Amino acid sequence: MKILIVEDEPQMLENMRQSLEKEHYNVEAVSNFKSALERIGVYNYDCILLDIGLPDGNGLELLKQLKKMNKTGGVIIVSAKDSLDDRLNGLDLGADDYLPKPFHMAELHARVKAVMRRRNFEGNKIVEIGNVLINLESRSVQIEGEEIVFNRKEYDILMYLITNKTRLVTKAALAEHVWGDHIDQADSFDFIYSQMKNLRKKLENATINVEAVYGVGYKLQIS
Amino acid sequence: MKLLNYTSRYLAFLLLLLISVWAILFYYAMLEEIYDSLDDGLENQKFLMVERAAEDPSILSQDDPEFKKHIYNFTPISKENYQNFKESYRDTLMYMLNEKDFEPVRVYESAAIYGDEYYKLKIITSMVEEDDLVHDLAAYIIGLYLILLASILFLNNLLLKRIWKPFYFLIEQLRKFKIEKGESIVIQESPIEEFNLLNSTVEKLTQKSTNTYIAQKQFIENASHELQTPLAISINKLELLLEKNDLTESHSQDIATVLDNLERLTRLNKSLLLLSKIENKQFEFEEVVSFAELTKHIVADFEDLAEHREMKIMIASNQELKFQINEDLAIVLLINLIKNSLIHGKKGELIKIDILPDRWHISNLGDPKSLDETSLFERFAKAGSNKRSTGLGLAIAKAIADRYSINLSYNFKGAHIFVLQFPKT
Repeated sequence: MKILIVEDEPQMLENMRQSLEKEHYNVEAVSNFKSALERIGVYNYDCILLDIGLPDGNGLELLKQLKKMNKTGGVIIVSAKDSLDDRLNGLDLGADDYLPKPFHMAELHARVKAVMRRRNFEGNKIVEIGNVLINLESRSVQIEGEEIVFNRKEYDILMYLITNKTRLVTKAALAEHVWGDHIDQADSFDFIYSQMKNLRKKLENATINVEAVYGVGYKLQIS
Repeated sequence: MKLLNYTSRYLAFLLLLLISVWAILFYYAMLEEIYDSLDDGLENQKFLMVERAAEDPSILSQDDPEFKKHIYNFTPISKENYQNFKESYRDTLMYMLNEKDFEPVRVYESAAIYGDEYYKLKIITSMVEEDDLVHDLAAYIIGLYLILLASILFLNNLLLKRIWKPFYFLIEQLRKFKIEKGESIVIQESPIEEFNLLNSTVEKLTQKSTNTYIAQKQFIENASHELQTPLAISINKLELLLEKNDLTESHSQDIATVLDNLERLTRLNKSLLLLSKIENKQFEFEEVVSFAELTKHIVADFEDLAEHREMKIMIASNQELKFQINEDLAIVLLINLIKNSLIHGKKGELIKIDILPDRWHISNLGDPKSLDETSLFERFAKAGSNKRSTGLGLAIAKAIADRYSINLSYNFKGAHIFVLQFPKT
């Protein structure tokens, strides 16, 4: 899996690179429009993380170029602007997703994975982890061959944790992903707890488990 | 009072005073001239009499003190009297047959000498009737005054209106001027220097205010944008740090606390950005949104949070409420109001939402005292000590409501009630 990061802020770029490399992606990074254009002309990427506010050009222009070159790789726009116009223009020009800064690393991974999945139609629609089988299309979960019913939130939590299985997912990241951005002003994220309790109960017979880490967040454990 | 009428009023007063004084002066001047010419005539008459007496001395001896036959009369006097005699003119009344009334006459008394006889000579002449003169004069003066007034009013209205046209045009422009609209004032060229100066000054002033207004709006938006990247870097760096396995529990919790605060900062920043975007009219697209439908979705999203706070959100009456609005803003509006009730509501109590065709209510039990309505919707007006609240939620709700002329109000009737009153379409 090959990912290109186009980002002019060096530390932002370094964070994304570090985090994505942990997932064993092949990550390349450029920090300006010109070198980005050169790269996409030569190589094919499965996913491009594109900052649209580049010092020497607009990232949306790169999108147009990609379209012209008929490149099939997925594109996620990463922008500090969170403007509706940019979002609509970007999606119109064929971007797969729009991620406003600041974002959680867990969210970045979830978006990248989703793009990858959408792009590789022939790819696995079944996710297998431990003795758990998840059908991504029907959103059904089997543990040890037995179908267990998960409600929407439980399913979303499980998938988010599986997507970020190597890392600690903070409560804030989880809440915002599952309950939406608007939950953010809630006085604490402790309300996650009851859903988490139900989820754990349903995973009783599974070889995976959700572990709370110091009250900071959660992590998927595979035994 | 309009400028036009104002000047006319002053002119009317001034003219009245001027013409009255002038009329009095004119009257006396005229009267004096009349007397003067009457007296000259009388004196001339005297010389004619004396000349006639030389030819016809009989006129000296006629006795006609009542002036029945002639307009003159000679009376013999002594030499001493003659030497001491002083000529005089005086007014007296005489019965006039034609008028059947006493009318003023001018009497001239003088002395004449014929040979060595001395006579007192009296000559009369009819006089101008002063009361008639005053009447006539007054009538003409009033006529003049009215004509002057009418022409001044007419000229004022015609001329001044034309002259002041650029001024009224400017006033109309200023009246319509709204700084939020970003339209500039249209200036009309005028041949009058002062108006051009006024116009250009006003133009500069409004331009400056508009620029300041835009700059201030832009500043918040730019500042918020510029904060996003450093916030993103810090949050992501800490998240990466948290993923490292060699952290102790206390280190992890310290990092989590920093993260938590950074996320608060992010929320604050996003809220400020949202506020300035609403105020900068950056949500243009509108569609008909069903508030009943929307409320149902949002309430479902907040179910877990409500449960955690041992509260329940009940949609009591659910009639159809449709309104033309930007859907994202409608969502933010309802979310902020529902969240506000959830966060400030009393644990274990019910939050009640009523949806009527033109109204949306939410009520919750909380502190049993009314909140300060005036500052409630202001930025950073925090009620209570909730550390996670940005103090912008209700300000955002208010900004959205204002944008669509929806009236967002608060009242306290045992419960805290927020009402959205939709305008009639």
